[in-house]
Amino acid sequence: MSIITINDLHKVYDGTQVEVHAVNGVTLNIEEGEFSALVGPSGSGKTTLMNMLGGLDRPTSGQVLINGTDLSQLKDSELIDFRLHHIGFVFQSYNLIPVLTALENVEFIMHLQGVPSAERHARARELLEAVGLGDRLNSRPGQLSGGQQQRVAVARALASKPRYVLADEPTANLDSHSTENLLDIMEELNHKENITFVFSTHDARVVKKAHRVIVLEDGKVISDEVREKVGASNSNE
Amino acid sequence: MKTDIKLAWRNLWRNKRRTIITIASIFFGVILSTYMTSMQEGSYEKMVENAVRFYSGHIQIQNEDFWENKTINNTFEETDSLKTKIASVPGIQLVVPRLESFALASSKQLTKGAMVLGVDPQKEDQLTEISKKMVRGKYLKKGSDGILMGETLAKYLQVDVGDTLVLLGQGYHGINAAGLFPIRGIFKHPSPTLDRQLIYMDLGTAQNFYSADHLLTSLAMLVNEADEVPHIVKELKAKIHSPYRIMSWDEMQPELVQQINGDRDSGAIMKMILFLVIGFGILGTIIMMVAERRREFGVMVSVGMQKIRLAWMLIYETFIIGLLGILSGSLAALPILYYQYFHPIKLGGQAGQMMVDMGFEPYMYFSLAPKVFTFQVLIIFIIIVVISIYPFVSALILKENKALRA
Ligand SMILES: Nc1ncnc2c1ncn2[C@@H]1O[C@H](COP(=O)(O)OP(=O)(O)OP(=O)(O)O)[C@@H](O)[C@H]1O
Ligand SMILES: [Mg+2]
Repeated sequence: MSIITINDLHKVYDGTQVEVHAVNGVTLNIEEGEFSALVGPSGSGKTTLMNMLGGLDRPTSGQVLINGTDLSQLKDSELIDFRLHHIGFVFQSYNLIPVLTALENVEFIMHLQGVPSAERHARARELLEAVGLGDRLNSRPGQLSGGQQQRVAVARALASKPRYVLADEPTANLDSHSTENLLDIMEELNHKENITFVFSTHDARVVKKAHRVIVLEDGKVISDEVREKVGASNSNE
Repeated sequence: MKTDIKLAWRNLWRNKRRTIITIASIFFGVILSTYMTSMQEGSYEKMVENAVRFYSGHIQIQNEDFWENKTINNTFEETDSLKTKIASVPGIQLVVPRLESFALASSKQLTKGAMVLGVDPQKEDQLTEISKKMVRGKYLKKGSDGILMGETLAKYLQVDVGDTLVLLGQGYHGINAAGLFPIRGIFKHPSPTLDRQLIYMDLGTAQNFYSADHLLTSLAMLVNEADEVPHIVKELKAKIHSPYRIMSWDEMQPELVQQINGDRDSGAIMKMILFLVIGFGILGTIIMMVAERRREFGVMVSVGMQKIRLAWMLIYETFIIGLLGILSGSLAALPILYYQYFHPIKLGGQAGQMMVDMGFEPYMYFSLAPKVFTFQVLIIFIIIVVISIYPFVSALILKENKALRA
């Protein structure tokens, strides 16, 4: 079953001089359990598309359905609640609340959801252990490396038990070792818990890990390729 | 909410220096402004006290027509029932009977209009302390047939202790009032106006002179606590009706009230300017705080925080700054004002001498009345409320997708 369905999606920005057609008629289905990369040159519309997939931005026209819910039907505050309960987010950088520790950052989501504190605490610890940060629970973001911060962000994205995580260039600011590490963690979560991941990237090494690669150019999908297994992706090169 | 307040608290200390400077500006503003206010209110309290002590008392009971038409015909008797009613109102320290009327005072060569005040010497002295202001001769005794007069008046009439003064006036119901009175003493009244016209006489002698046996024009009262006056007036009014009238010091001295209010207003304008400056300082801090955290707010709303909740968190931050400033400022001001209250500032030089000449003590007095504090607290609170509109609205109109790109 498709977890996300998008239908003839358009996004037009009224630039100061010209209109920018950032997303220009995209139709896609994302299936449950996918591990997909959205690839394309700078300015091709990745962030714009991701934002609409996550209900962070409203399309000029077209439809986004998540688990059967039409996002355009939701009021702003309902959309925020929908994001809180159904979607995990990882952004490129400065994801975390600087005054909260790693543990508190993960708990923050559950706090917004009203999860009781004992449960919140236990789950946050578990998630941080899962991303290999069991020993840095009480560090603040400023005391963590970029890679560690992104791992906290992944843990936070999973705190609300979403079925679906959106990550816009999560590795853009990371070195190759941290990039690999983060991707491995995401892939493992995808594999073990069947969480759907959609991430955008520039990075060929990241693309290599994806099970499905959607290529965007000038706001249009120009190629959409599903690979069998990570191991099998060698044949594509 | 607890977590949101914790979050607000931690956010404040992200930029320790800026937060401390902002709080310090409120802190010093509160101290400065309470100090100013305390000094103002202290001097008003002193002015009122002096006015009350010079002549009027805090409250007077009069014949209902006396204030508009001060003749000897608008008098009343201090009946037992009136006494009982006054005694039943708590908070009154002293009740001073008076018979007050005008007369022409003549020495051998000169004549001048004078205000003749028939008094109970002992009670009167407790209110106006004329015995302490005697420059020559002796203060009145009960039943004395002599008079006391102001130094300026005596000088004008070229008389002194031991001389005799002729008083001519109109007595009760038009009966002629005329008499010879030996001058027993000269006082220097702190109020130049009163020093020019006041003559003190024993009450019995005055009643006799005016053919107004047992009659009074007023009962002047001193209360224990000056701020209880409105309350006591209300109680008296409830019990004592026509043909009596109850007047408080501020009704009898509207110019003084006007002067105090005018001074208070100009002080308020100065304080407003001070707080406006402080207010803009706080606003600057808050605007920066919001601007540099746009992206962070974008993330928070993106992952599911309602904007209204974010808005409240920012209000907490603003309020904490204001509260810390108000509390620390008030706490620091308290011992300072307490000290000044008991150690008023002595005025030296010309200013001091001028006050002595006017019958005032040469000191700047301070007040510890609650309103000294409440005014600043209220103003800062209002400023904080107004300022917090900015972060509140900023959060509500935040566009998360734009904020994320910041
Ligand atoms: N708020 C906006 N107003 C006007 N134009 C915009 C706005 N946001 C994005 N654009 C334009 O839309 C197009 C797509 O931008 P988008 O950020 O989605 O690209 P991207 O693929 O994410 O690029 P990058 O790889 O650099 O992040 C670009 O031409 C960009 O200039
Ligand atoms: Mg982008």
